[in-house]
Amino acid sequence: MTALLSVAALTAGYRPDLPIINGISLTISAGELVTIIGPNGAGKSTLIKAIAGLLPITDGTVTLGHQSLVGLSPHLMSGFGMAYVPQSDNIFATLTVDENLRLGALPLPRSQARAQISAAYDRFPDLVRFRKAKAGNLSGGQRQMLAVARALLTGPQLIMLDEPSAGLAPKMVEEVFGHLVTLVRGGVAVLMVEQNAKAAMRISDRTYVLAEGRNRLDGPSDRLLEDPEVARIYLGQAGGKH
Amino acid sequence: MLQALADGLLTGAIYALGAIGLTLTMGILRFANFAHAEMMTWGAYMALGVLTVFGLPTAPLGPLTFGWPLLLATVVACALTVALALLIDWLVFRRMRDRVGHLTLVFASFGIALLIRNVVHLIFGGRATYYTTELQIAVRVLPDLRIMPDQVFTLSLAVVLVIAVHQFLQRTPLGLSMRAVSENPSLAVINGVSLARVVRWTWIVGGALAAVAGVLYGVTVQLRPELGFHLLLPLFAAVILGGVGNVVGAVVGGVLIGLIESFSVLVIPPGYKLAIPFLVLLVVLYLKPTGLFGGTSGGR
Repeated sequence: MTALLSVAALTAGYRPDLPIINGISLTISAGELVTIIGPNGAGKSTLIKAIAGLLPITDGTVTLGHQSLVGLSPHLMSGFGMAYVPQSDNIFATLTVDENLRLGALPLPRSQARAQISAAYDRFPDLVRFRKAKAGNLSGGQRQMLAVARALLTGPQLIMLDEPSAGLAPKMVEEVFGHLVTLVRGGVAVLMVEQNAKAAMRISDRTYVLAEGRNRLDGPSDRLLEDPEVARIYLGQAGGKH
Repeated sequence: MLQALADGLLTGAIYALGAIGLTLTMGILRFANFAHAEMMTWGAYMALGVLTVFGLPTAPLGPLTFGWPLLLATVVACALTVALALLIDWLVFRRMRDRVGHLTLVFASFGIALLIRNVVHLIFGGRATYYTTELQIAVRVLPDLRIMPDQVFTLSLAVVLVIAVHQFLQRTPLGLSMRAVSENPSLAVINGVSLARVVRWTWIVGGALAAVAGVLYGVTVQLRPELGFHLLLPLFAAVILGGVGNVVGAVVGGVLIGLIESFSVLVIPPGYKLAIPFLVLLVVLYLKPTGLFGGTSGGR
């Protein structure tokens, strides 16, 4: 399968002289769900922030389709078919749910924006009754739904999520993961960073294990779930958060 | 009492116009721009400059002391103030953004404020001046209330502009982007909002409003190079009282500061009136640092 996103030998960090990730490579294809796991400080969030253009890249390549993303302003990423949902502060709390969605649809022509917002409410019907409410009043799960709904408005080929299950009740985690699986079935590539490793690996096709800013292991999730090396690198150190 | 209320509303309306621009800059650009009040001075004097250079007739419009020429000059002054704001951003703030700390930007804005004030002083001189020499008699509206037509015009224009800015921020895509950047710039950017465009429009809206506020102050009080310097404290008090980044807060804050100043002279000597915004500022920072309406950015 041809890779949709190819990351090769990526080195990046908050400061160019202090890289947090060193030479990381990964690929993801259309309709694939890939999880990145690793102990705290492994550079998981740094990796997807760098791919999203939010952190300076000092070395390596990031290619989406045939488009190199290195050096592109992050506000242009949605135009190239990429969406990113940060872990925290991923909604505009002072804007209404409707305004959050309108903002996500700003890059689209007006009629298409209206259709996409209506489709977002169809996909996440729980949000409909809150459309005029300030997003800051939503529950954790509803916020995550809104963040995902907004990221999907521009019809991305790839959606990257940083710990979508963080702070959610188990039932809500199941619901959020269910939505991600549905997206993947629709042909969208989903790349997520997760601390909730086992739950994420169970729904994903492949998993990358990072440690200390480098690739350590990767392969089909069902195989890595049984691999004692993963437990040694990550699960053992995660203090039972699996 | 009624007279104090009317005077307070008028001063407050001018404060509100200045405070909107200041709160937008503080909320979106995330630093306290001490040069904002000087943009009011610049705008006020640019209008005077246009009237003088083009020798426009000063025939008054109805009961007002000024006519169409001043209104046209105000439009030009808005453009020149926006140009100044964009030039300063290009020369100074843009190069410093994301590279230096918040305080460095604040000190840079102090320097720019001094520069603008002294350039105005150099060009126009230090003496107080007026747009027109027409005299205006206050009209007795009620037994205890006298109002000048210029004041009615000022108040009406301020109300129209406040409503227009509010509608712009609430109803237009650009306004939505500005509110989003004010709350969370990096989230706005990953949603496709161009930060450079929002910053540009913040200066355009803030600069134009500062120019109008400066002209209205010049119409109802007088023109002095220290105009902005004297308005600095009330503007910051209005912004902090309303909540940094909150436009409705800035308007309410501006009007409240105007009213408090105006009513204060009923109990304290007028000479101490200028200290009132400072007291309000201290009380707000002590009791409710996020302001009456809560901030949308750094103040959160």
